[in-house]
Amino acid sequence: MESTLESVNKAEETADQIAARAGLDEDIRSGVSMAVREGMINAILHGNAYDPNKRVNLSFEQNDHDLVIIISDEGKGFIPDDVPDPLAPENLLKTSGRGIFLMRAFMDEVRFRKLNPGTEITLIKRLQSS
Amino acid sequence: MSMKASTRQVDGVTIVDLSGRITLGEGSVVLRDSIKDLLGKGQKKILLNLGDVSYIDSSGIGELVSAFTSVRNQGGELKLLHLTKKVHDLLQITKLYTVFDVKDDEATAIGAFSR
Repeated sequence: MESTLESVNKAEETADQIAARAGLDEDIRSGVSMAVREGMINAILHGNAYDPNKRVNLSFEQNDHDLVIIISDEGKGFIPDDVPDPLAPENLLKTSGRGIFLMRAFMDEVRFRKLNPGTEITLIKRLQSS
Repeated sequence: MSMKASTRQVDGVTIVDLSGRITLGEGSVVLRDSIKDLLGKGQKKILLNLGDVSYIDSSGIGELVSAFTSVRNQGGELKLLHLTKKVHDLLQITKLYTVFDVKDDEATAIGAFSR
C-alpha cells in the first residue's frame, strides 16, 4: 500500500470487515480496527514518513483461534520500549505517543520485529467466544 | 467521514458542535483551526460538544489535549460535552477522563464556567 492517509482509512475499513466476518462483536471489532488504524499510522507517519517511494504491507490471517494482522513499513525503525508511557502523569498532556498503547489496549498480543529496513507489527486477537 | 464544526454562543460560552471523526488529517485540522480561530477572537470559554463525534484516534486525542492546553495557557477554560460511549471509554483508558472537565448536560456545563 502507498504511504498515504487513504491507506490508513482503507486498512481500518478492511479490518472492520474482516473482524466482522470473523464473528467478533461490535465493541471488539471497533477495537481491532482502531489498533489497525494506529499500526498503519505508525507505519506511514512515523515509519515511512509519507515517502511515496516507500510501501506499507498489510496482511490478515485467520485460523481457528486467532485473527492475526501484520503491518510492515520501510522506515528507519524504532525501539518500542523507548516510547514513553502515555499514562505516566508527566506524559498525560503530551499530544502524541498513544498509538502503541492503544494497539496493546485493544489487542490480545502485539509484537514488534525489526526489519532491514523498517518495522513489522503483529497484532493478534483471540477468537474464542467467551 | 469528514468532520464538521459549527459554533454558537450561550451566556458568554462558545459551544463548538462537532460531528464526524476526529482523526489524523482533516478531522484533527478542523478542530485545531476552530480552536485557533476562537482564541484569536478572544473567546476563551469553550465547550466542545462531542455528541455527534463517532470516532477519535490517537491523533484526535492529541488534538483534544492540544486544545485543552492552548485554551488553558491563554487563561481560558475548555470543557467537553456529550461524550459517546466509544469516546468516553477511550478517554478512560488513556486516563484523560479526569484531566478534562466532562459534562453530560449543556446547561450544567455552561453554568460550570467561571464568571
